[in-house]
Amino acid sequence: MRRYLLGAGWIRALWMTPFFGAIGFGIVVLCRWGGGWHPLLTEEPLILVSALVAAPVGLLGGIGAFDYWTNYVLGKPTPEHEDHSGHGAKSWKDYFRVNTDHKVIGVQYLVTTIVFFLIGGMLAMLVRAELARPGTQYFGGQTYNSLFSVHASLMIFLFIIPAFAGLANFVVPLMLGAADMAFPRLNALSFWLLPIAGVMMVSSFIVGAFGGGWTGYAPLNSTHQPIGAIFFNQGVQWAGASSIMTALNFLVTIITMRAPGMTFWRMPLLVWANFTTSLLVVIATPFIAGSQFFSMFDHVMHTAFFTPVGGGYPLGYQHIFWFYSHPAVYIMMLPGFGIMSEVISVFSRKPVFGYRLMALSLMAIVVLGFSVWAHHMFTSGMSGWLQDPMMITTLLIAVPTGIKIFSWLATMWEGKLHFNTPMLFALGFLSMFVIGGLSGVMLGAVPIDIHVTDTYFVVAHLHYVLFGGSVFTIFAGIYYWFPKMTGRMYDERLGKLHFWLTFVGFNLTFFPMHIIGTEGMRRRIADYAPHFASMNLFISLASFGLGCSVLVFLYNMITSWRFGERAPGNPWRAMTLEWLVTSPPPTFNFDEIPQVVGSPYEYGVVGAQHAILAPSKAPELEEVRT
Amino acid sequence: MRRGSIVALLGIGLIAGGVATAVALIPTWLPVDASREAGRIDFIFWFVIAICIGLFAVVAAAMTYSIIKFRAAPDDLEDGPSIHGHTGLEIAWTAIPFVLVTAIAIVCGIVLSKNNAEGANPVIINVKAQQYAWSFSYPDANNATSPVLHLPVDTSIVLHMRSLDVIHAFFVPEFRENEDIVPGMVTKIHITPDRIGQYPLECNELCGAGHTLMNTEVIVESQADFQKWIAEQKAQSTTGTSG
Repeated sequence: MRRYLLGAGWIRALWMTPFFGAIGFGIVVLCRWGGGWHPLLTEEPLILVSALVAAPVGLLGGIGAFDYWTNYVLGKPTPEHEDHSGHGAKSWKDYFRVNTDHKVIGVQYLVTTIVFFLIGGMLAMLVRAELARPGTQYFGGQTYNSLFSVHASLMIFLFIIPAFAGLANFVVPLMLGAADMAFPRLNALSFWLLPIAGVMMVSSFIVGAFGGGWTGYAPLNSTHQPIGAIFFNQGVQWAGASSIMTALNFLVTIITMRAPGMTFWRMPLLVWANFTTSLLVVIATPFIAGSQFFSMFDHVMHTAFFTPVGGGYPLGYQHIFWFYSHPAVYIMMLPGFGIMSEVISVFSRKPVFGYRLMALSLMAIVVLGFSVWAHHMFTSGMSGWLQDPMMITTLLIAVPTGIKIFSWLATMWEGKLHFNTPMLFALGFLSMFVIGGLSGVMLGAVPIDIHVTDTYFVVAHLHYVLFGGSVFTIFAGIYYWFPKMTGRMYDERLGKLHFWLTFVGFNLTFFPMHIIGTEGMRRRIADYAPHFASMNLFISLASFGLGCSVLVFLYNMITSWRFGERAPGNPWRAMTLEWLVTSPPPTFNFDEIPQVVGSPYEYGVVGAQHAILAPSKAPELEEVRT
Repeated sequence: MRRGSIVALLGIGLIAGGVATAVALIPTWLPVDASREAGRIDFIFWFVIAICIGLFAVVAAAMTYSIIKFRAAPDDLEDGPSIHGHTGLEIAWTAIPFVLVTAIAIVCGIVLSKNNAEGANPVIINVKAQQYAWSFSYPDANNATSPVLHLPVDTSIVLHMRSLDVIHAFFVPEFRENEDIVPGMVTKIHITPDRIGQYPLECNELCGAGHTLMNTEVIVESQADFQKWIAEQKAQSTTGTSG
């Protein structure tokens, strides 16, 4: 009994969560009593401290995310350091506890983010249901506003950003020839912050969801919104903390844990992509954390950081917010670029064209990415002189992005193309991202932006970049590494069906938005002028089809994971290190430390190798695991 | 490269460019243009569209050609040639986009400065936005206010815009004008209407539950009609204050 109540796990979490919540509650009441503030019980500070800060800490403590550190500090024995009891998964139950194995964490990330992807997708269906006809049918006003606000917040903070972190978590240590990430316990903690953030954003519907958009502009979100606004503020903090910790972990892992011979110029481009992404995350994410703290202070404590009455500056919020949120667009793109380089090279059977320039263009995007934030604010009333320099840097960022697109095309040129599902998604990405990039150039041109900003043209552009771009690369990555993660092959026919449904549904849904946008239909409205009606009905119907395509994906993933054909170690005949071990890899990845001897993309050279494992192991590699 | 493949590439590029041009020309993309600024913005729009169609055609041609030409049979286990790069090509696809975006930036800079230049003696109108209503007041008519924006045609107009609560935005698609109205600041917008008519004026920055409905109209009228309207407003406001 005692072991059940006090040992790390969900039973301990069940009492520690309310216990910590009560402590938070007590602290607020005590402070208010001491300060002589009345009434003692006020909704906002109580919910904030007790439910959004203290209770989640209790939950993390309960499941054991802090056990090793607290025991170490208290001088108690820490056996898990020696016996690796918290490492690796022997049964499905191990996926529901704090686990330090990067492969388990990677899968935890992906499954969690797909759950939030489904919730976010359903919210989008509700938005489209309302917009199918002019007038207000199902949701209007605040409810409608909160639907698209929570949709965007989930898709960005709980799906795209962490799904890439999940894929990289699984793949990067393997690609480097490392046994795990540099800080496995920190890695486990970063994952468990994520469901907390997601539940917080979804549960804001219970108390009155935030309807200020995912951008949460002040003073609308900081003073004119129901209490759900602080659920958004705090949700972003938890998700942001998770991002920062993971990025630090990637940086240290990539810098210090490369296998012998793995120089920076021999790293696969996926590793380069996650290295540069992590730089962006570590530098930029503290800015959104700051913006959300101050916005929350304005809401809960009635400070005036962003309200002019009292001396605040509303545009200050936007500058700080976009100083993170523009780099965040690249946080959502660069890992996908990495996946593209792997997939296109393997399925074209050719080396990545211009490898060094590909890596350097990633670095160029990191540097330029920090100098373009105010292009989200061309019509915000900011100082006029900022327009020209921000326009120039914005347009210039098309150059390194163009280099990547042309290099992928050149990689395919004269190759031997195999159109498996990951390659189909890669080609889908390439075509959609070109359209999204070109509409991005249009938006970068200030005179055009003045006309189409905050219209459906922007909605179309951002979905071409984030759905046609990021989500297609996530799908490509999931299909590509599915055999490695699960030890099973997915169903290729269903994979192709999923691709075509998604590709066609996506274009039918989002392309027409360009047209109604330039015609002047505003974004974030529940009703519109009658002459947009037929176009909107078309978009809504297409979007329901797009929504259904996800069912094919889910069915394929679930049945293949359970019943799929056993996967060989290297089904794609790829050269990078993760394919040199069994599928799924052994608990500590490599029985012998691999020796890296060449480029990861030496296709077309007979006998070329990226790395050598110990000779005695070599013959077993291609055997099917049984 | 053989001559046949060059012809095929060009052919696919022309088809892709043709399809993209049709998409650009057949639907109505832009509402009528009702201000001098709008004409210049439309020029930029089509200028950038033309460049985009060219780039799209190049990418579509290379991709489609590769998909058709370099498809491998499922049992073909051979690799492609070991090509690692080509310095000339890499310089070309760095330099050409650089030149193109620089050209766009220069043309945009010129249009911006022209559009922001106010004419001599512009008419000044004060705009007040609040959740969820508009009010326009005319210094030329003793600050008489109106819920609808009346503007004289072919006149340089400067709006001084203030918000009483959250951020709103002034948006008239026919003017191609869009500017936020931020509490605690006065933001300005410069318009030279050149087409008589009525156009929707909408709030274009999410401002709360009633954002969808925060709409009014702008009425562009001839100089004579506008002066007549101003005189009426002036008369009403004087009788209003004396009575």
